[in-house]
Amino acid sequence: MEWLASLLDTLLATLRDVFPIAAVIFGFQLLILRRPIPNLRRTLFGFFYVLLGLSLFLQGLEQALFPLGRLMAEQLTHPEFLADETTGLLQATHWMDYYWVYIFALAIGFSTTVAEPSLIAVAIKANQVSGGAIGVWGLRIAVAIGVAVGISLGTWRIVTGYPLHYFIITGYIFVIFQTFYAPRIIVPLAYDSGGVTTSTVTVPLVAALGLGLAESVPGRSPLLDGFGLIAFASLCPIISVMAYAQISEYRSKRSARKKA
Amino acid sequence: MWRSILAFGKSLLDSLRDLAPIILVIAFFQLVVLQQPIPNLAGLLGGTLLVTLGLTFFIYGLNMGLFPIGESMAQAFSQKGSIFWLLLFAFTLGFSTTIAEPALIAVAEEASEVAAEGGMIEASEQAMHSYATGLRLTVAFSVGLAIVIGVMRILKGWPIHYLIIGGYACITIMTAFAPRSIIGIAYDSGGVTTSTITVPLVTALGVGLASSIQGRNPMIDGFGLIAFASLTPMIFVMGYGMII
Repeated sequence: MEWLASLLDTLLATLRDVFPIAAVIFGFQLLILRRPIPNLRRTLFGFFYVLLGLSLFLQGLEQALFPLGRLMAEQLTHPEFLADETTGLLQATHWMDYYWVYIFALAIGFSTTVAEPSLIAVAIKANQVSGGAIGVWGLRIAVAIGVAVGISLGTWRIVTGYPLHYFIITGYIFVIFQTFYAPRIIVPLAYDSGGVTTSTVTVPLVAALGLGLAESVPGRSPLLDGFGLIAFASLCPIISVMAYAQISEYRSKRSARKKA
Repeated sequence: MWRSILAFGKSLLDSLRDLAPIILVIAFFQLVVLQQPIPNLAGLLGGTLLVTLGLTFFIYGLNMGLFPIGESMAQAFSQKGSIFWLLLFAFTLGFSTTIAEPALIAVAEEASEVAAEGGMIEASEQAMHSYATGLRLTVAFSVGLAIVIGVMRILKGWPIHYLIIGGYACITIMTAFAPRSIIGIAYDSGGVTTSTITVPLVTALGVGLASSIQGRNPMIDGFGLIAFASLTPMIFVMGYGMII
């Protein structure tokens, strides 16, 4: 019963999120464009499925994966876990001692990105538009690798305490250089993939990891150093998606040369 | 009947495959690294079932509702030929989807705590609340503006990288002048603004516009709206931190 009530809560919350979007769409369609919506029944059913799907998705995450994931982020960053097993003394002062945190960041970044619904949406669209040249899975894996690397780099930054903007600005310079060498067709999609990676699934888990880490590392303040993981997670996929396109272009050129 | 059940079963399997990595990662870390039993196994399995069902329905609805309406509206606007209404639609879509975004509400509250601790604003509840509300309005406005710029770009056919590089330059210069405590939040705010419903809709709008305007390539011109929507909040949040 309790389960049903919380599902209803999630449904209402999702409805509240969707309402402004639906109001804008239907308002413009009826008042400005003044034409009936094509396939109204089908569209409404589609909206209903999106609503239902998102509510079930969020409810399930909240019930199952988030509590465990958050708990894990806390435990992995807890001084007790990092303390030396034989002496029981807290020794985690060297950045290497946090290796499980980096591995966890890598794994959780990759796996949550693969399940991210908005990335699936963009990958489906890119596959349709490119006439199959961009594979749904290729794009998703490329983005997921970017997020994984980004988040573990971000945790390393929190541990070592280097200023965030050095990393981000270096990343920007890298992106700019890469833009001029990457195939033109991938550039807008690569820029987009930075923004789509971080939504429903990734943000809550990653935020918990960042705050937990900033709390437990000596000399870090959660308010000042806990941020920045999402920034990494939106920057690195731009680089990895362009790299993916560059590698596939290079490979197809090489095989074309071999044939000739 | 059988066919649709079969199709549903297939997409259910697809969703399960999408979720398998998370389950494996969590199981590995819980059992092998932390060496603890999995608490409340039944609840975990039930939750995973819900997530799988939810993802399946979401993708079903995406192809039935969100994608078609985004594209048909883009076509209708380009047939109508009124740039004003198109841009107003773009702004409203960006603004209204962002202002209610739960992730943004959470980030704005955290930002107000940082600001109060850093002594930028009074540490009273009222001052913090008005700071958070102001920040939310700023970000929502910046996302609305981003979609407008993005739509203008599709209409005019400007190359995206000049705009993005210009944005990066702007962020880099502002970073030097913005208060240090706001930088982390500003950089993060770019990522949190684009929600799961906004992304497919905005993508369909961009692709629909680019395919209904002659001389535009949907791949080169249609994508990129989300890129603007994750860039402008960084600029505006830093600006907000500098002014207040």
